[in-house]
Amino acid sequence: MKKSLLMSLLLVTTLAACSNNAVKDKPAAPVVDNSKSTQVAQPASPAKEDAASTASATQTELAVNPLKDPNNILSKRSIYFDFDKDEVKAEFRPLVEAHAKYLTANPNAKVILQGNADNRGSREYNLSLGQRRSVAVKKAVNVLGVQDKQIETVSYGEEKAKSCKDETCYQQDRRVDIVYEND
Amino acid sequence: MFRNRLFLILFLLLPLISHAELTVEVVGGAAQQIPIAIVPFSSQAQANQLQQDSLSSVIGADLRISGMFRVLETRGVSNQPHSLSEVKYNDWSAIQTQALTIGTIENLPGNRLKVSFRLLDVLKQNQLLAMEFNIAASQQRATAHRIADMIYEKLIGEKGVFATRITYVNKENGRYSLQVADADGFNPQTVVSSKEPLISPSWSPDGTKLAYVSFEKKKPVIFVQSLVSGQRIVLANFKGNNSAPCWSPDGTKLAIVLTYSANSQIYVINADGTGLMELSFSNGIDTEPEWSPDGSTIYFTSNRGGGPQIYRMPAAGGEAKRVTFEGSYNVSPHLSTDGKLLTFIKQGPKGFKVAVQDLASGQVQTLSDTAEDESPSFAPNGRMILYATSVGGRGTLAAVSVDGRVKQRLRDTGGDVREPSWGSWLN
Repeated sequence: MKKSLLMSLLLVTTLAACSNNAVKDKPAAPVVDNSKSTQVAQPASPAKEDAASTASATQTELAVNPLKDPNNILSKRSIYFDFDKDEVKAEFRPLVEAHAKYLTANPNAKVILQGNADNRGSREYNLSLGQRRSVAVKKAVNVLGVQDKQIETVSYGEEKAKSCKDETCYQQDRRVDIVYEND
Repeated sequence: MFRNRLFLILFLLLPLISHAELTVEVVGGAAQQIPIAIVPFSSQAQANQLQQDSLSSVIGADLRISGMFRVLETRGVSNQPHSLSEVKYNDWSAIQTQALTIGTIENLPGNRLKVSFRLLDVLKQNQLLAMEFNIAASQQRATAHRIADMIYEKLIGEKGVFATRITYVNKENGRYSLQVADADGFNPQTVVSSKEPLISPSWSPDGTKLAYVSFEKKKPVIFVQSLVSGQRIVLANFKGNNSAPCWSPDGTKLAIVLTYSANSQIYVINADGTGLMELSFSNGIDTEPEWSPDGSTIYFTSNRGGGPQIYRMPAAGGEAKRVTFEGSYNVSPHLSTDGKLLTFIKQGPKGFKVAVQDLASGQVQTLSDTAEDESPSFAPNGRMILYATSVGGRGTLAAVSVDGRVKQRLRDTGGDVREPSWGSWLN
């Protein structure tokens, strides 16, 4: 019994560590800059660190708050795009569906969809492209029953992009972040 | 090689130097550079009234960075004339100069200076220009730019741009600041600064105002700010993004971009923020509106056909026609003052580069040797194109001549520089 609990703890911690590493590869979510604003949700990574460090004590709580469960697909908050494209790729369907399911089940939950682009090309065009990407995700969850009033779309264009030199890096910047209010 | 090493040394040293001005490096030059000698101006003025860089060295630097002149060393010539009677033309034909500039600076009451200069034709041994300026001591650099403009116009046959100004955004220590500086990068003045991004500054045609996009309200909002009083108004803060302002040539309106829907679309709004009118109605992105100098047409970027290309439509709205056809990604249109040339950023096999298209023939030429170019704009005389690029992961300004022969790199000593725009003659 003790051993299996230890094993599952290890598993939880390892998974959490993995997902944290993945998160660290991304730039911080744009809302990090919102030091003055208290209304806007905190970025996903600190929340996950909390979840990881308190995993032993809150096994049951994890079950009730799927957003904070590092094993749950809902802990994944970023959808990535191809260069100059705004189509939500098939590989992100499960992620989109999971968030849509959560939002329809929790009609008071609200999200901000933050669109981003890599730093190549024009800043204005990338601002528009980031907007189209955030709206593409909005439409995808709308179709699955999520109401407009639960969703806000914004674009940061390339303004929050890293200084990249290769495709692996650019790819990280072409994304929509799903940021839950009060998360 | 030597140039590269010097550049590297400069690059390493510059962060240690506290002044945040731009330095200019010139690569290449026009096919036929005019040799000119500039004798240091004699000065009866008190030393404390004179600026650190002498007038003659500022004039020389201006002419040199234009790529149109070869500025000759004058120190080897024993006779250094300051007045017409002191000029021995044989001394100057011996060093094979075609033009000679001489001048004097004298004290006037009230901390003012009298600057006199003459431009002489060494071959014909006659005077081409003579001018006197009564200036405040603080106007020495501005006066040097005006003299350089006069020399340029006399010898090249078109107006110079040395006395014009540029604007750009500098990101430094996590803050963004919108700057206005002389065309050579000196005298940078901060117009506005914010810890959120600032993009897309646009000069009013009379040069007294800047429209720009600020993210300070956590989303893009367009402001118009007076450079005279510093006062600013919110021009557009509608639902969604408000961006890409561009003044109409008569200064009464701006073309802007809003996202009421998923798609950025082009609108026109009065300069006081009233009278919003939608201009484009497409299913794709329409952005980066740019008025033609005669006010009849708006050029813009649109991905209605798939990838982004440049289109034009009547300024009153109507059917759009595609303008760029080479390549799959052409953005950021900007027109020359005569409306004949279009510059834009073109993605090619070697990256994102400044290109120019002759609007009559449709012929396209890629100009820059850099690869991460953005935000091109013409100098008011149409000779050079100012743009932003990236060197060593940091944004910097660069300029290239419309024939691609002259390349300037302007490096700010402090930050990450982007979003430049060259002002008009009027400012």
